[in-house]
Amino acid sequence: MYRIIKKEKLVENIDRFYLKAPLIAKKSKAGQFVVIRINEEGERIPLTIVDYDRKKGILSIVSMRVGKTTALLSSLNQGDTILDVVGPLGNASEIRNFGRVICVGGGVGVAPILPTARELKKAGNYVISIIGARSKDLLILKEEMGNTSDELYICSDDGSIGYHGFVSGFLKDYLEKNLAGKTDRKTNIARVIAIGPALMMNAVSEVTRPFSIKTIVSLNSIMVDATGMCGACRVEVGGKTKFVCVDGPEFDAHLVNFDLLLSRQKIYCDHEGVCMDLYQHKCKLPE
Amino acid sequence: MTEKINKKEFKKEKIPRMAMPEQDPEKRIRNFNEVTLGYTEEDALREAFRCIQCRNPKCIKGCPVEIDIKSFIKLIKEKKFDEALEKIREKNGLPAMCGRVCPQEDQCEKECILSIKDEPVAIGRLERYVADREMKQVAEGIKECAWSEVTKKCTRGKVAVIGSGPAGLTCGAELARMGYRVTIFEALHKPGGVLVYGIPEFRLPKEVVQKEIDYIKSLGVKIEVNMVIGKILTIDDLFKNGFKAVFISTGAGLPYFMGIPGENLNGVYSANEYLTRSNLMKAYRFPECDTPIVKGLRVAVVGGGNVALDSARTAKRLGAEKVYLIYRRSEKEMPARDEEVEHTREEGIEFKLLASPVEIIGKNGWVDKIRCIKMKLGEPDDSGRRRPLPVEGSEFDIGVDVVIMAIGQGPNPLLTSSVPHLELTKWGNIKADPVNGKTNIEGVFAGGDIVTGAATVILAMGAGKNAAKAMDEYIRTGIWQ
Repeated sequence: MYRIIKKEKLVENIDRFYLKAPLIAKKSKAGQFVVIRINEEGERIPLTIVDYDRKKGILSIVSMRVGKTTALLSSLNQGDTILDVVGPLGNASEIRNFGRVICVGGGVGVAPILPTARELKKAGNYVISIIGARSKDLLILKEEMGNTSDELYICSDDGSIGYHGFVSGFLKDYLEKNLAGKTDRKTNIARVIAIGPALMMNAVSEVTRPFSIKTIVSLNSIMVDATGMCGACRVEVGGKTKFVCVDGPEFDAHLVNFDLLLSRQKIYCDHEGVCMDLYQHKCKLPE
Repeated sequence: MTEKINKKEFKKEKIPRMAMPEQDPEKRIRNFNEVTLGYTEEDALREAFRCIQCRNPKCIKGCPVEIDIKSFIKLIKEKKFDEALEKIREKNGLPAMCGRVCPQEDQCEKECILSIKDEPVAIGRLERYVADREMKQVAEGIKECAWSEVTKKCTRGKVAVIGSGPAGLTCGAELARMGYRVTIFEALHKPGGVLVYGIPEFRLPKEVVQKEIDYIKSLGVKIEVNMVIGKILTIDDLFKNGFKAVFISTGAGLPYFMGIPGENLNGVYSANEYLTRSNLMKAYRFPECDTPIVKGLRVAVVGGGNVALDSARTAKRLGAEKVYLIYRRSEKEMPARDEEVEHTREEGIEFKLLASPVEIIGKNGWVDKIRCIKMKLGEPDDSGRRRPLPVEGSEFDIGVDVVIMAIGQGPNPLLTSSVPHLELTKWGNIKADPVNGKTNIEGVFAGGDIVTGAATVILAMGAGKNAAKAMDEYIRTGIWQ
């Protein structure tokens, strides 16, 4: 049983939870995730670790309401408990002084990129962050990202704040500006890290490809055990089958078969609909 | 003189082996309830009387944990059922499970003297009977659960076990009996390993597993779930935390795929995933339980072991109209238990023997067909079984919407890769002494599927017992050697 010490509503459909989990908090590293199961009938879902207080033994995760399990999680409050939390899982982000790095976070993906941006800054990198959301009131963790970045740029799909467009669009402009005047046609960006919906990570990957900038993405496949035992999370990277839970979750974006990732994310669409309908029918969630 | 008398008795008592009551196939493919219903007291007594109480019983030698079979059957004959169970528990802490899933036909029953001219004593069914009888009596309040309190004082040091499957549970139980403070660390949210995620409800009810695990806890064993050793704690951390020895029993939790085209299409599962969703996560009760599973109408299962049969029978119960079992050798070479092969056939699963998939063909990202090639048997390979060879030009397609790969499970590298100096075989199994479980690292022992590769519950249990003895000796004497 894992107690929710604190709950913050970041925006309308995204919450941040602080959990009492001393052992996990002690070992967690940026880039890793936990798997939670809310109750006995619940499914297991992965959520990236956003922050960890090793001294106080507190783990922080962020969740966006997309289906039954995340909706149920969203209905929990301070003092409530989650039945199972297991972690830290996956490989930690590669953190080194690369030089100038760009961290791109889309939607709820801003939360998992925050710890990586922090560690990159600590390691001496010059951190440029580009974060985006559908609109101003869905943008999360702006202050925290600002505190850890040397440059922060904000994008919104509807233009209500910052750049009017996708993070990938802004990135493309930024990289082109960066190239201007350089005869060797090379930017001074050593690495791009992007986390967000699969379509967004795919778009970022295609933006950086012609610039030949190493791009790392954190893949969000469906998982069950998340310890390499079932293969639910398998993806194709460089033509080889990899398990996101143990070989990832971060991979070289230019080698990832995003079409396959997107296709496999849809396996349970019908089931998800059935569950959500039943849940909403029972709880009469306000829309 | 005595020999003559025995033979006479033998000729007299030719009672046929008591049949096991079973659910009717037509009925049982619509539910997940246990297929075999268990003996009644009358059945059990009649079967126990078939045992001729050999002077030198061969059955005991056939048992990997050397249960005193002759004695427990004698106690059944005398209607001393509780004592019969205690007799079994002297050697085997999981009788309700072993009575169900052990391949007795290859072990104790194979050695039974009656099997020469007749059918062997149904030792497994008798073991199951006494274990189930106690469970029923406790459930009905007729009997007090004698072991519901932890009475044992744990005075010796701390010992860690990694993995709560049969090997880990048994090792933990043995060490607790010796007075050690045992903690079993389990990566999943429920203990039991294959007993909970691998073997379906209709072969091994999870309620039975839970009760057996409760018994082990009553010996003083502590089980911590959601603990992935190698991630949350390393083996080094365990030693630093005061554990005197560690037993690694992480099992065979790595799914094997064939590497054929189309294996990543939607609707292709490893047997591990399919069974974990159904058994552990209870997807067969979706949407009452949240974990989904694709319920194909035409399902192909690739493989010939118990896992393949479990997958096929699960698919049938989930509503498949057609389930094909594709196996590259013939029925004779199938490693699955004969009893389960028979159950599978009764349930209407179609066997496509001497066939092997070469490609899975998709449509819109989903499985549409499986292309197979016919096989013929050549000379025996390393396993002693005849090597299957493809027959040129014999490809054929089967229209399916789900494919389950049940071709074997290997050693999961998550823990082993976190212990850099641990010696492994080229396939990733831990190199451990087959008798005492010692690895190349002092204080670290290993047993079960992580050492042998995927095998049986009872063999894992035997390894757990033997390692416990060796761990005790190491802790007491400090001698590693």
